[in-house]
Amino acid sequence: MNIVVLVKQVPDTWSERKLTDADHTLDRDSADAVLDEINERAVEEALLIKEAQGGEVTVITMGPDRATDAIRKALSMGADKAVHLSDPALHGSCAVQTAKVLATLVGTVEGAELVIAGNESTDGRAGAVPAMIAEILGWAQLTQVRKLEVDGTTVRAERETDTGIANLEASLPAVVSVNEKINEPRYPSFKGIMAAKKKPVSTLTIADAGIDASEVGLANATTTVLEAAPKPPRTAGQRVEDDGTGGTKVAEFLVGQKLI
Amino acid sequence: MPASLIMSRRDLDFLLHEWLDVVSLTSRPYYAEHSRETFDAVLDLAEQMATKHFATHNRRADAHEPHVGPDGRVVLVPEVAAALEAFTGAGLLASDFDEDLGGMQLPAVVSRALHVWFQAANVGTSSYPFLTMANARLLVAHGSPELVDTWVRPMVRGRFFGTMCLSEPQAGSSLADITTRAEPRADGTYRLTGNKTWISGGDHELSENIVHLVLAKVPGGPPGVKGISLFVVPKFLLDENGDPGERNDVVLAGLNHKMGYRGTTNALLNFGEGVHRPGGQAGAVGFLVGEENQGLAQMFHMMNEARVGVGLGATALGYTGHLHSVQYARTRVQGRPIGAKDPATPQVPLIEHPDVRRMLLAQKSYVEGGLALGLYCAKLGDDQRTAATPEERAAAGLLLDVLTPVAKSWPSQWCLEANSLAIQVHGGYGYTRDHDVEQMYRDNRLNPIHEGTHGIQALDLLGRKVVMRDGAGLRLLLDTVAATTARAAALDGEPAEFAARLDAVFARIGATTRRLHGTGDPRLALANATPYLEAVGHAVVAWTWLEQLLAAHGRTGAFYEGKRAAARYFFRWELPGTGPQLDLLDSLDTTLLDAAPEVF
Repeated sequence: MNIVVLVKQVPDTWSERKLTDADHTLDRDSADAVLDEINERAVEEALLIKEAQGGEVTVITMGPDRATDAIRKALSMGADKAVHLSDPALHGSCAVQTAKVLATLVGTVEGAELVIAGNESTDGRAGAVPAMIAEILGWAQLTQVRKLEVDGTTVRAERETDTGIANLEASLPAVVSVNEKINEPRYPSFKGIMAAKKKPVSTLTIADAGIDASEVGLANATTTVLEAAPKPPRTAGQRVEDDGTGGTKVAEFLVGQKLI
Repeated sequence: MPASLIMSRRDLDFLLHEWLDVVSLTSRPYYAEHSRETFDAVLDLAEQMATKHFATHNRRADAHEPHVGPDGRVVLVPEVAAALEAFTGAGLLASDFDEDLGGMQLPAVVSRALHVWFQAANVGTSSYPFLTMANARLLVAHGSPELVDTWVRPMVRGRFFGTMCLSEPQAGSSLADITTRAEPRADGTYRLTGNKTWISGGDHELSENIVHLVLAKVPGGPPGVKGISLFVVPKFLLDENGDPGERNDVVLAGLNHKMGYRGTTNALLNFGEGVHRPGGQAGAVGFLVGEENQGLAQMFHMMNEARVGVGLGATALGYTGHLHSVQYARTRVQGRPIGAKDPATPQVPLIEHPDVRRMLLAQKSYVEGGLALGLYCAKLGDDQRTAATPEERAAAGLLLDVLTPVAKSWPSQWCLEANSLAIQVHGGYGYTRDHDVEQMYRDNRLNPIHEGTHGIQALDLLGRKVVMRDGAGLRLLLDTVAATTARAAALDGEPAEFAARLDAVFARIGATTRRLHGTGDPRLALANATPYLEAVGHAVVAWTWLEQLLAAHGRTGAFYEGKRAAARYFFRWELPGTGPQLDLLDSLDTTLLDAAPEVF
């Protein structure tokens, strides 16, 4: 089975992340760029399926040139090849445009029957792109998945949301998005790092991919960021003096926050 | 990831790329498969794995030191095995071995840089693979193809781990006095009997087999060190498939209980006492490495690499302590500045106090200087193996020979001091087991002792290295330093000022060396070898700081300002200390020779 994994390079969540003043898009220079952690789990799940059932794993990303680092990491974990769409015209694309572009790229991967992605990126956090891709492709969608099983042409999944667990079943082709519980991603091995250098990476512009410039980019986006403000500094915590009722007060606080 | 308290990737990148230009090594055929990309990827991998699998059980392995269970087997906290499985599974143990052995041919300088992550995160657990790598490298250098196939391949894959068995209860630094015997047998094997102690990784259940490299004497051989031979003595002999089979006659007599480094088992081993009878006979079966009576020279091949590794291990512990104390000094508020003592004003972080900055700058200059020295020596090892011409390879080997005692001892002394200062910055908290810095100090206290004590290194430097080949090694060191000071002198300002100071110190070192050996009395010349080692050490590290200053020249930003501040500290506060040491040496002081045993 040929599997496509969607990966995204994001600003390191430990860096200070900013939007540019000019157009409220991500200020890529302000933070270190890393492969989104949830994508490592998506790659891991694809590799597990490949190891059990054979086939090929193709990594797809759209992003600037430095997104190559994210691709290399996925390849060094064991993915077979990659497609990298890099074009200045993509700057500022919204979730819908992104989904359309990625769906187009999925269509270029021969024999692809399954797309695996993270459930949401740590930067945009829309959490909608995998579902949109499924809609555009007309494939089944199984999102927010914590457990996945592929049996012949059937996909079974446990979907986890705030309200509970749903058991899903669909026929291939399908788009799956995974959450943090899906697996523990492997480290790239030394051999994998060396092998990754020789794996094919197709770097495409939007013209190469047959995408019209009028369909992408900030000027044509379906959503616009009108205003952005830095998050306020953290306020001082609430201090509880223990006069014998400290435990109760802490418990009340936690209940108030719906933490217990 | 958050800024690490284990190591500084930024500093490693500076030293590897902005100073040592390690990517240039990839133009050599041996490293041609590598690139900046692979170097970055393995350092990323090391940081992730050290953070997730090694640092996480460092304290637990210290608190629950290895012990012998009721069944006679060594018990370790389970996280050690899990971490090592991840380490070997990723192929890190094979990093700088030849491709045909399953290795990755990574330059040693990059390999060392990735390994400091593990040494800093958890020196106890990282010892097992490091000992195995040293063991395997020795066999590759001196063993027959059969020995390499049989023992090195499983070690490089992480199936077998290795040890070095040198010391005996009655013979530690004095290897001439070992008594372990190796009796030849008709089938070409030997049977060993004797006791070995201080064997790190000497027994455990972490690997399928343990490959001991054992120094022993074959009866009838020359006396002293010239009669020492080297043997492979496995815990389990191998069956016809190369898998561990019959138990060899080497058994655990007990574990040492140490001040630090507790995650590493340290064993007393008995060979040939008949507890097991391989082939129906008592005696530990051993396989000769190379030829008889070459054992010490073979072992020193490994020891020299191991000494640079010890220096980097000491640096790694000093480095992580420094990072911990900087973080503490930034966040812990205490007291108010001189001249602003109004109790109504808020207290300031510790880092605002000049004396705390003194302790932080001292640590920074020690640990970053030690790291520079260790990586420089590792790159000399790469040059010795792969530089373009025989002359370049020989020069690299010669300079590495001279620098090895310094690269071992200087960080062992001063990065331990960095750990002491890290405790001091933490105040009383630093003296408790609630903060990691106390364990770092205990762990690091081993480094001036093992792989040749501080005093042995001093004798090696003054008694052998600076006089070998009629002083060629020392001359090469002086020329190397002079090339740096010439570049620095052309820049004016601090680089030129420091270059002049460094030139003066090295001129004195040259003169002092001639004076000591000019006495014609080795006893007098070597009596004060330790201050000689320490003065040369400070001068060499000052040279690495001048090199770093040049690499940072013209660059702006907090990182480079930090390099300049640490260089300034080292030249103004530390290097002048060499003056009194050289004065003492020049005086041919006999205080130590004169202090007879009765005065104590």
